[in-house]
Amino acid sequence: MESQLPAEFIVNVDHERCRKCKRCVMNCSFSAIEFKDKVIPNNKQCVACHRCATFCPENAITITENPLDYKDSYNWSPEIRKNILKQAESGGIILTGMGNPKPYPIYWDHMLIDACQVTNPSIDPLREPMELRTYLGAKPESLEFEGDGSNISLKTELAPQVKLDIPIVFAAMSYGAISLNAHKALAMAAKRMGTLMNTGEGGLHEDLAGYTDRIIVQVASGRFGVTSKYLNNSALVEIKIGQGAKPGIGGHLPGEKVGEDISKTRMIPVGTDALSPAPHHDIYSIEDLSQLIYAIKETTDYKKPVSVKIAAVHNVAAIASGIVRAGADIVMIDGFRGGTGAAPMIIRDHVGIPIELALAAVDERLRQEGIRNRASILVGGSIRQSADVVKAIALGADACVIGTASLIAMGCRVCQKCYTGNCAWGIATQKPELVRRLNPELAADRLCNLLTAWGHEIQEVLGSLGINAIESLRGSRERLRGVGLNQEALDILGIKHAGIGQ
Amino acid sequence: MKIDAKGMHYRPMNKIIRDAVASGEKEFELDNIGGQRYIGAGLNEKVNITINGTPGNDLGAFMNGPKIIVNANGQDGIANTMNAGEIIVHGNVGDIIGYGMRGGKLYIKGDVGYRVGIHMKEYKKQVPVIIAGGTAGDFFGEYMAGGLMILLGMNGKSPLVGDYVGTGMHGGVMYIRGTVDPYHLGKEVSCLELNEDDVKLIGGYLKEYCEYFGFNFDEVMGGKFTKLVPLSLRPYGNLYVY
Repeated sequence: MESQLPAEFIVNVDHERCRKCKRCVMNCSFSAIEFKDKVIPNNKQCVACHRCATFCPENAITITENPLDYKDSYNWSPEIRKNILKQAESGGIILTGMGNPKPYPIYWDHMLIDACQVTNPSIDPLREPMELRTYLGAKPESLEFEGDGSNISLKTELAPQVKLDIPIVFAAMSYGAISLNAHKALAMAAKRMGTLMNTGEGGLHEDLAGYTDRIIVQVASGRFGVTSKYLNNSALVEIKIGQGAKPGIGGHLPGEKVGEDISKTRMIPVGTDALSPAPHHDIYSIEDLSQLIYAIKETTDYKKPVSVKIAAVHNVAAIASGIVRAGADIVMIDGFRGGTGAAPMIIRDHVGIPIELALAAVDERLRQEGIRNRASILVGGSIRQSADVVKAIALGADACVIGTASLIAMGCRVCQKCYTGNCAWGIATQKPELVRRLNPELAADRLCNLLTAWGHEIQEVLGSLGINAIESLRGSRERLRGVGLNQEALDILGIKHAGIGQ
Repeated sequence: MKIDAKGMHYRPMNKIIRDAVASGEKEFELDNIGGQRYIGAGLNEKVNITINGTPGNDLGAFMNGPKIIVNANGQDGIANTMNAGEIIVHGNVGDIIGYGMRGGKLYIKGDVGYRVGIHMKEYKKQVPVIIAGGTAGDFFGEYMAGGLMILLGMNGKSPLVGDYVGTGMHGGVMYIRGTVDPYHLGKEVSCLELNEDDVKLIGGYLKEYCEYFGFNFDEVMGGKFTKLVPLSLRPYGNLYVY
């Protein structure tokens, strides 16, 4: 069937400036630029990944959105019309990548942070120590000590803890969804910055063997690459139940992405689809979840914290309570704006709830039930800047995870075509000629710079709040105020409206 | 090493086993087992474990090498994500056995429950094998991605297998001794006749199986088998629009 779909973008080439070096042609991985005497764009193929524009030495390329001057209708937006055309031509589910782009309210941007003035002095982070260190894992009800005088030691037996030098962890992104070079960059940066990366459900490539104490290994329904060695060579183990971008939906790595190396890491034959069904077929209840948590604890001799990752959905607080009672040491909650390598658009854009509300509801519920100490809370989807991290921790999170932000730091332009495997930046692709575009060392430097910058910014905010440890901010909702929120949202977030004092 | 497990919680018992394996113990006999979970979980050494009594769920989960003999029935989740080793059960077992199993053998004398062999997968020479002598419940081999399953129906019960056999199957092979009503089959599966290679392949495993449980090999092989394979390695390849 001939396609009636219009081009999404227009590639403008300034032929006056172009010196026909063809770098744009070589860099385009979506076949959107050809060379016949001069550079000729094929607009219909362009996804606005900006690879050509970035690498044009003459800055002769600009990309603009195709101004579809359809008869105006607020209701029948160009996007909705284009989607209908796509489906009328194919009969398929529309697939997409990255996080929800729709203009839903972003609650982070409706919360403001307190600061000290006059009566409660702020602290200068340039001169004073500022503690960002965070420990993930179950905390005891109370601490008991033995000995006396200068010879005091801890009597309470602690559950296993993982130390983070900064409360920001790289999100689960599988080798398969992203390239090995991207995985290497994340592992190197995690090691250097004293934080963690997460394998996602794709197994662990042997090249990352030197980083295992900085790696969260994931166990999802497909159990790809999961062995007792994999579980034991880790900082902690995460059971993936859900993902913010696609709550209730499984994963699906298409067969064409399963090449020799992926095949080895996932331990499946080359070319087969790697299907992770939506539920773990052995988990239909909190008791079943508990069974898997303890199977992992037995396998790792109770030395690794076990995390359970869920998508933020309507009943998230009760589910999180069940997860903690099932024996998880960490609950990871992924909000509905979280990213993905591939998800049906209908799910990504319409299912789940914002992480801000989910986090507030979970923290409150666990406190009410007196079990908040039994698990750390990790949140993601989407954490865009250090201010989001500060607000999340004030709402009750122990630490945040960043996926999309880390990809952007490595070069991602958020074109949302991860699922095609054609990523021009060498990130969400398995094609060797594209993967080698991403230098793991340089990408790791960019990631470290990002975390260093965010770390400094968080310290600045802590100083202005007059506290010198991130621990003092955790769950301190009194230090947040809402703007432009209705009473119900304020109540759920557990914060006062701006203008209200103590 | 002999352990009297009467009244023992699984956690100290499994710890004793793990520590003994670490210090070189090769033979274990566990008496009075009554529902203790996770026996053999995550063990990487080629040790022998004999279980007298009914072990609890997740027997041999993530296991990578041991041989376990159960002289009773088993429960749910046996061989969960098992990588290598053998589990032989002289009785019936429960649900979701062999989930995500990637290697080794699981021989069951009697019936198996629901959702057996879900997401089993193989990689090169590592091919997991499940053989059950009785009947199976629904979702036999759902999402099966590799490996081999044989269902024998030796106790003559009917139906031989429940609904949705091989739903979402995209790898591996199942041999069922008897005929399967198409009504019971998932839509991603096709039924074939056995060829010589198939007979040779299952004959090798069944010889060993019959020796464990005292079945007559000729009688087992004399039955009419149905071979089930996936229609596609990519059952959902055309569902999405790029």
